[in-house]
Amino acid sequence: MREVVRLEEVRKVYLMGEERVEALKGVSFSVGEGEFVAIMGASGSGKSTCMNTLGCLDTPTSGRYLLEGTEVGTLSHNELAEIRNRRLGFVFQGFNLLPRTTARENVELPLVYGRVPAAQRRERALQALARVGLSGREGHYSNQLSGGQQQRVAIARALVNEPAIILADEPTGNLDTRTTVEIMALFQELNRQGITIIMVTHEPDVAAFTTRHIVFRDGAIVSDLANPAPVRAVPKTEAA
Amino acid sequence: MTTLLQSLLIALRALRVNKMRALLTMLGIIIGIAAVIAMVAIGAGASKMISDQISSIGSNLLLVLPGSITSGGMRSGSGAIITLTYDDAKAIKAECPSVGQAAPTVRGSGPVVYGNQNWTTVINGVTPEMLLVREWPIESGRNLLQSDVDGAAKNCLIGQTVAENLFGSADPIGKIIRIRKIPFTVIGLLAHKGQTPQGQDQDDVIYVPISTAQRKLLGSQFPNSVGAIMIQAKSAEVLSKAEEEVTELLKQRHRVGPTREIDFTVRNLTEILAVSEQSSKVMSMLLGAVASISLVVGGIGIMNIMLVSVTERTREIGIRVAIGAKRRDIMLQFLTEAVLLTTLGGIVGILVGIAGAALVANLVGWPTLVSINTVAIAFAFSAGVGVFFGFYPARKAAALNPIDALRYE
Repeated sequence: MREVVRLEEVRKVYLMGEERVEALKGVSFSVGEGEFVAIMGASGSGKSTCMNTLGCLDTPTSGRYLLEGTEVGTLSHNELAEIRNRRLGFVFQGFNLLPRTTARENVELPLVYGRVPAAQRRERALQALARVGLSGREGHYSNQLSGGQQQRVAIARALVNEPAIILADEPTGNLDTRTTVEIMALFQELNRQGITIIMVTHEPDVAAFTTRHIVFRDGAIVSDLANPAPVRAVPKTEAA
Repeated sequence: MTTLLQSLLIALRALRVNKMRALLTMLGIIIGIAAVIAMVAIGAGASKMISDQISSIGSNLLLVLPGSITSGGMRSGSGAIITLTYDDAKAIKAECPSVGQAAPTVRGSGPVVYGNQNWTTVINGVTPEMLLVREWPIESGRNLLQSDVDGAAKNCLIGQTVAENLFGSADPIGKIIRIRKIPFTVIGLLAHKGQTPQGQDQDDVIYVPISTAQRKLLGSQFPNSVGAIMIQAKSAEVLSKAEEEVTELLKQRHRVGPTREIDFTVRNLTEILAVSEQSSKVMSMLLGAVASISLVVGGIGIMNIMLVSVTERTREIGIRVAIGAKRRDIMLQFLTEAVLLTTLGGIVGILVGIAGAALVANLVGWPTLVSINTVAIAFAFSAGVGVFFGFYPARKAAALNPIDALRYE
């Protein structure tokens, strides 16, 4: 199994006024291609910091982070922006679509920053929307879509650049149970197609759909176990 | 190019969302630019009027006037005694290398009669050079000739105002008019000249040969004396040199020395008028400066709204950064928005300013002048205001920490 992500003794120290807060106390793990990982832990356990580091939004104080073999910790702002653009796909808890913007335009956004020509952008955005089951809703504005649909648009946006990994931060946090199952089914489907997914969640029910559980407490990993028999997410109705 | 176009589209959308806010923000720039355009137009109109008047008098002019003399402790005023002569004028022309033309003149006034019309006007005795010095073309007929002067001919040139009052629309050339009861033939009609900066009508004038004026019309006590000598220097560069030469020559001719005061004055007409032109330019610059204060105030309004906009869209900025926007992408986006606001405001302001200047010209009757230059500068300035006042908010947006921005509620 090819290694996609590798963290070696990653530390992150924040200065909150006078106080030094050690958010990550030397975290090491690696994620192989095609894994579906749940990062779990209570709030303040360091899982969000770990996620921000994985997402190249934050750089470690010490330690190494290799993304597909590239050392990321020493890159400049612009280089990190390029990595986020080409190799990573983000899905956030609050959907985080641009308001007053159509589904297609939201999905096109990473391609805009990737300097992809307009015609090609359009085509790839439509493909990505089809992949998350939203064909026919390209022209809908964010506020005309349900929560589940908005999260699908966000997933399409994360997919559109064919990233190495999809990072999902509490992707079901704002969804009801039924929609949660729908979104998890979509993630499982994408994972089956070979996409690596790392997801932060504090809900064991949601983590049960993944193949590996990494649990954080006080800035360190307390357990890292494979989940050999993930629950299969079966949507109760057809895709909304 | 793609990114600039993208930023423009994003900016247009952002402005469309807050139409009212965008309009109110633009209003500051609109008023500022309109005020600058209108004020500069009024100032430029005034200075153009003055410079037109200056060139209507003639260029590079010196005027020699008889001076005052002291007699028994009383200083009589300038021109109280006749000290300049026709020979002085001839000598100036012949001996001063920087002088192009010298035109002596005597001046009087009196009634002029043609048929049943009469008009009282200024009568100037001149030589043919006068029209050269004044750069005054003849509309119809001919100029006076040296032979008219030599023979003290009873020929005359009349100005437009005189022609109108005596002849109406009829052709005056060849008609006999009576100046102070003496018959003169009108041989030429002078072109329209307009007012002096002091508001005198230059067209209300009759030119007769200087010899005729001296001997027959004005009856001077000193037959050879002249009232003034108008001198044109060969060029603007030698104007002050000409002034020195003329002064020196006249000092010699008038035997000015320890026992005799200078009995003439040399005035530099062009210089005097240039001063008034200068003051009107300063005036228009001041008007423009005052108006541009409102432009600065407008710019501060832009900055204010852009800062609000950055705060409002913190989350949006976070999303954009997370999916790969570079700092300069974010910066460009907000700068474009600010510049779009100010240039749109600038365009509207230019139109309003031109309309305002036209309104002033129509209602108050002041001359206004809107030049392409002013419009171009105003437009560039409005864009500049956008860049200047948009820079800080844009930099603030670009410097946002994406983690905080994403968490911003």
